[in-house]
Amino acid sequence: MAERRRLAQTALALLLAVAVLGIVPGTGLQAGAAKKLEIFSWWTAGGEADGLKAMFEVYKKRFPGVEIINATVAGGAGTDAKAVLKTRMLGGNPPDSFQVHGGAELVDTWVKTGFMEPLTALYKSEGWLKSFPKDLVDIVSHQGEQYSVPVNVHRGNVLWFNKKIFDENKLKAPATWDEFFKVAETLKGKGITPLSLGDKNKWEAAHLFEDILAAALGAEGYRGLWTGKTSWEGDGVKRALDTFARILNYVNRDHAAFVWDQAAQMLIDRKAAMNVMGDWAAGYFTAKGWKPNVDYGFAPAPGTAGLFVVVTDTFGLPKKAPNREQALAWLKVAGSKEGQEAFNPLKGSICGRTDCDPKKFDVYLQSSAVDFTKNALLPSEVHGSAAPEGFATLFNDILNLFVTNKDVKMAQRALQKACVDNKMCK
Amino acid sequence: MRIRRDRALSALILLPSVVAVGVFVYGFIGWTAYVAMSNWNSFVPDLSFAGLRNFADLFQTPRFQIDLRNTLVFTLTFLAGCLGIGLLLAVLLDRQIRGEALFRNAFLFPMSISFIVGGTVWQWLLNPSTGVNLLLDAAGLGALRSPWYTEPRIAIYAVVIAALWQMSGFTMALYLAGLRGISDELREAARVDGASDLQLYRHVIIPLLHPITLSAAIVLGHVSLKIFDLVFAMTGSGPAFSTDVPGIFMFETTFRGNRFAEGATISIIMLVMVAVVIIPYLIYSSRTEAEA
Amino acid sequence: MGRGRPRATRVLLYAILAFFAAFYLMPVYVLVNNGLKSFREVSLSRMWAPPQQVTLEGFGKALRELAPNLRNSVVLVVPAALVSAALGSVNGYVLAKWKFAGADVVFPLLLFGMFIPYQSVLIPLVQFLQWLGGLLSVRLYGSITGLVLVHVVYGIPITTLIFRNYYATVPTEIVEAARIDGAGLVGVYRNVILPLSMPAFVVVMIWQVTQIWNEFLFAVIVTSNPAQQPVQVALRNLAGSQIVEWNVQMAGALLAALPPLLVYIFLGRYFLRGLMAGALKG
Repeated sequence: MAERRRLAQTALALLLAVAVLGIVPGTGLQAGAAKKLEIFSWWTAGGEADGLKAMFEVYKKRFPGVEIINATVAGGAGTDAKAVLKTRMLGGNPPDSFQVHGGAELVDTWVKTGFMEPLTALYKSEGWLKSFPKDLVDIVSHQGEQYSVPVNVHRGNVLWFNKKIFDENKLKAPATWDEFFKVAETLKGKGITPLSLGDKNKWEAAHLFEDILAAALGAEGYRGLWTGKTSWEGDGVKRALDTFARILNYVNRDHAAFVWDQAAQMLIDRKAAMNVMGDWAAGYFTAKGWKPNVDYGFAPAPGTAGLFVVVTDTFGLPKKAPNREQALAWLKVAGSKEGQEAFNPLKGSICGRTDCDPKKFDVYLQSSAVDFTKNALLPSEVHGSAAPEGFATLFNDILNLFVTNKDVKMAQRALQKACVDNKMCK
Repeated sequence: MRIRRDRALSALILLPSVVAVGVFVYGFIGWTAYVAMSNWNSFVPDLSFAGLRNFADLFQTPRFQIDLRNTLVFTLTFLAGCLGIGLLLAVLLDRQIRGEALFRNAFLFPMSISFIVGGTVWQWLLNPSTGVNLLLDAAGLGALRSPWYTEPRIAIYAVVIAALWQMSGFTMALYLAGLRGISDELREAARVDGASDLQLYRHVIIPLLHPITLSAAIVLGHVSLKIFDLVFAMTGSGPAFSTDVPGIFMFETTFRGNRFAEGATISIIMLVMVAVVIIPYLIYSSRTEAEA
Repeated sequence: MGRGRPRATRVLLYAILAFFAAFYLMPVYVLVNNGLKSFREVSLSRMWAPPQQVTLEGFGKALRELAPNLRNSVVLVVPAALVSAALGSVNGYVLAKWKFAGADVVFPLLLFGMFIPYQSVLIPLVQFLQWLGGLLSVRLYGSITGLVLVHVVYGIPITTLIFRNYYATVPTEIVEAARIDGAGLVGVYRNVILPLSMPAFVVVMIWQVTQIWNEFLFAVIVTSNPAQQPVQVALRNLAGSQIVEWNVQMAGALLAALPPLLVYIFLGRYFLRGLMAGALKG
């Protein structure tokens, strides 16, 4: 008995010792006074992480001796990351600079609420008003001041197709949704799923619908949706929803089981012929060894030629950034030609600036860069630019229901209500 | 003297825990309740009093009504399934099985996997165009193919399957321990009385396992009512919210939609639901205590 | 046994057990099989097909990326599980054997903490950790220390429950006898209760180790610096926001599950014994 007791006591003492040892390494407060820079993003892996690291290298060359803390949090299109960021900001613990979609997500969530410092002076001193297209600068501006630096641009409205399937069936990429339905009928007749969709995470269906909206309403009408000029209960939106409902007859039945990249994979596996997705899909195809214009083709999503739905990642400067000076230096790098040329080819996006060297990019990105300078730029709703996050959440929810019940009236009413609730329209 | 000192000491021992739980549980619940009755529905904290408006709004939201139904269906089937499978496996394992340790470890294995990983793997396994369906085809059981979680009417049961995979081994362990604790004399006595195996289990053994069933139900119940990671990773909200649960709704409302007061309202309702289930148990357990 | 019993029943018995074993192990096959494929080859539609070419690229990459975080998880789990078990033990003892006025209220109140949905406490939690950290001038928010604290506190309800139920099965006569011999509250604990506690400690430790090891939400919120993050957060970070390398993901999932798995394999027997001894009995 006594022996067992001693054994138990020794064990406990040992365990407690380990416990104390375990805690100690965690308690080290800021070691040394080295300069630091904490960058928060959701670029955790693959090309985006490589691109971010390349940009860090540029920074380290220009500003040596700064320790960069790469605070990344994953999660589909930043959902987890945003939760972490918001908790940190509300808790009064901002990083030095963080990734944020330009447009409403920046302005509505962070600028209007007084969390950000304006960067107007930086824009002036770096000459950025000339380096970036005006539409893009507008997206990161509020009441005449700039608030963040766009490092990249993705295009949201792209139709991808399996080139071999199209060639074998002598098909051409449909330019309108009417043409799409004809192509789709042909494909269906051959037993091929015309369009692949993977909307497990809800936003993917909303993404497709956003492109349909742009096609149905045109640039003016589409922009009006976010300012209350175009009614959600009007004919344009009704047409878009009708089209969407019809398109859903041509998608894979098990779309709820897939996320976007698995839907893109269906093209590679010849399980489907077309997919509508932002141009990060090109990065996926490349990683899978698929070549543009050989294995896959691309075109603007039906009905959106001349329109460019912009998805842009930007970095801003939160008030109370612990290392403000280093953060400003970081923003200079993020907005520079060198920084953007280091980042974007790896990330698989084009520069926010218009003067990047096209030779650094592949065929697809080169064509996208040309369109970017010529087309009407539209803000993406699904990717944070067009409407406040409160609306974006409801938008996803409403479309998630619509995909199942295809109730046009109900969807229109709900969209209008969401618009009013979020003070976008009256 | 000594007794009084010991009494003071016993209170002192509990004090750190009571204070910690007081802050981290009740303090935060209080904070949440306060936010739930405020107007904080944008990113700027606005703690002005809104009364019960958020509650009224929430109960009219179709998504929330679906969530409540899902929680109920999920909890009931998950509990019944876990207890049923756990008991079955325990009874089988209790019959002098060769390789018992092997089976036991296989059944307990999912407990060591995180809900996020479990959810992701089951997203693959119950994908209608691949996964389990391919296995069924190969086994000549094509008739059992199912659209699983892509069909709104049955989607929630697909999630239950994943949850059962994850937790039923735990119930098995509890029951097995219970069975081992029942003396052989008791079984023999029943057999001598001429009871069949079935009667033995029905009338003697299962009643003896009641306390275990109760603890299992509590542990599983608290997992099930707050289930989040598993569903989040596996199906998210599901088609037409067929696998949505309040935890996901709360998370999206708060951290995506910036509607903090509404998110807090969902939390409070979740807590109330839990309280309704758990308080009777707490009363029951402190009562049996008093009898003991 | 078995003499008068038809063979067929035995066969059926094993068939059922084998079926369930296959059900529980099916995901392991998926994890291993796809973890051994290259990124180009890994695909949902060919999840059962064995790799055309076995490659350790997925496991290698996962191990490289996760190694520091595996260490963090150990540093997190060991103290958190120990401290919460120790607290649970003394709490359970006091609540089971030294009932004082109000104990009947304290126990349910502690227990209710088990049921709090963790998402709903994130914001006040961060604010409180910052405040407390400032007060004690220890870095709590953003560090493993803070995360240990969080897990210890939210572990109190379940560990207290298990220990209290376990101690309730210890005959009161033993305690009384020790008291008559002159042992006080501490003496009884040290001389009578603690030596009997091993089975319950095993159950509690296994439960807490797996729970804390596998927890994600607190980990991602409380530790913002990747150098401090536990393995579950790093595992999620293996996936990019756009492209998921499923082979690396699956390999990483297996690696991350290995430590708790080993705990179950090696301590599974004791887990069962602990349960038998009365831990977690209602």
